[in-house]
Amino acid sequence: MAKITYIEHDGTEHVVDVKTGLTVMEGAVKNNVPGIDADCGGACACATCHVYVDEAWKDKTGESSAMEESMLDFAENVEPNSRLSCQIKVSDALDGLIVRLPESQH
Amino acid sequence: MSDLSANVVILGAGHAGGTAAALLRQYGHAGPISLIGDEPLAPYQRPPLSKAWLKGEADADSLALKPLEFYAEHQIDFRPNIRAVKLRRSDKVVELSDGSTLHYDILILATGARAIKLPVPGADLAGLLELRTAADAEALKAAVGPGKRLAVVGGGYIGLEVAASGRALGAEVVVIERESRLLARVACEALSSFFQGVHETHGVHFEMGASVTGFVGENGHVTGVTLADGRTIACDAAVIGVGATPNDELAAESGLETARGVVVDLEARTSDPSIFAIGDVAHRPMPIYGRMFRMESVPNALEQAKQAASAITGRPAPAGEVPWQWSDQYDLKLQIAGYAFDTDEVLLRGDPASGKFAVFHLKGDQIQSVEAINSPPEFMMGKQLIGNRKSVSKAKLSDLSVSMKEVVA
Repeated sequence: MAKITYIEHDGTEHVVDVKTGLTVMEGAVKNNVPGIDADCGGACACATCHVYVDEAWKDKTGESSAMEESMLDFAENVEPNSRLSCQIKVSDALDGLIVRLPESQH
Repeated sequence: MSDLSANVVILGAGHAGGTAAALLRQYGHAGPISLIGDEPLAPYQRPPLSKAWLKGEADADSLALKPLEFYAEHQIDFRPNIRAVKLRRSDKVVELSDGSTLHYDILILATGARAIKLPVPGADLAGLLELRTAADAEALKAAVGPGKRLAVVGGGYIGLEVAASGRALGAEVVVIERESRLLARVACEALSSFFQGVHETHGVHFEMGASVTGFVGENGHVTGVTLADGRTIACDAAVIGVGATPNDELAAESGLETARGVVVDLEARTSDPSIFAIGDVAHRPMPIYGRMFRMESVPNALEQAKQAASAITGRPAPAGEVPWQWSDQYDLKLQIAGYAFDTDEVLLRGDPASGKFAVFHLKGDQIQSVEAINSPPEFMMGKQLIGNRKSVSKAKLSDLSVSMKEVVA
């Protein structure tokens, strides 16, 4: 279990408990956190679960795969700390994780 | 013109209906919302049924769109195992299968589509399966395994995904396709032969150009598929994946305009201003192609749920979208954007033999559609170019050394 803070583009914070084994995307969608669309449900096919990982957490969230990199390369408003949240698995090590959401996923 | 206190009834608790309910609350709708579904489960994702779920890599919790508590917490009256049997538009009432009635101010039809059944002898034998619901997938999972012989009737995306999952589970798989090539209705020849080759490498057998004339069985259970050429393909189970038909009867019987699907406008509104139709059941306009059609895809369900929820809550309509879909088979990711309407040229980028390539369908120098295999840049950029209608340079588009970011003419 990890407590994850999702911060919407307008600053609204959502702090939710996410079970180990789920992804950061699933944690948002299942708790109705707006701003993560996740159209493909986690298949790394759509790039609509884009988040900015807080700098302090970049190492703990791991490296992105070539497929993820290549999807992100064509998403809007990509930054060096951009990730697709369907590709970040939640574990106890991510307790306290903070991610920020882009203005739009489309 | 919106009324955030209106009584909204959603018929169908699939991806479209479930998403519409959640979005209505997210968009501030305060009135009652009823979500009526004929399955025992709360809304869940169907795409993994033919992929991860079949292989045991996903469970019911991970399939669920929202946890069950979500509906009560958000005052959404979710009612499983029940269906609408009649729509009385004159007094805005829906009659349900348990004899009760439900009044609505606004109705959303999200009744989906159902698998087409083959009208042949033996079609009622046990062991003949389809794949639309979690219950179907459960039956299929029980029927495939090491040494089992699975016949797949229909070489479309669902059939091919089932074939791939069946092989992963150790079953022997034969795909029976009526046309001379796979994916005949939806993909170009290059893609058809690529997929057939990949599946053959993984041990799937194909019977192409083969018409199914019936099924034979013993003790009420299927043992074989008979073909027009007289042969019988032995099997322990068969999956029929030959397409779907919209569940639009309720709408048609109530006098709503239908055309192989319920006809809607850009807000997903039907010919009755109090009634919306979304997802697989809707026959909808697609402005970038200047025509109306019906789509069966998750992105379409989500988009129309957004359109309806926006219209109902008085939000601006979502920006026009480029339709897309995906399929996973073995280690292949297929991503498709757009539809190949009115095209005059097919252009290949990359080498199919490398397992990484894209097929662009062009109308003049504009991209109408792209099919990308393990090629996210081609999919992502292609999708943008379909949406913004920019002209592309065919020379650059077919040259892998030119980045997808540089292909605009």
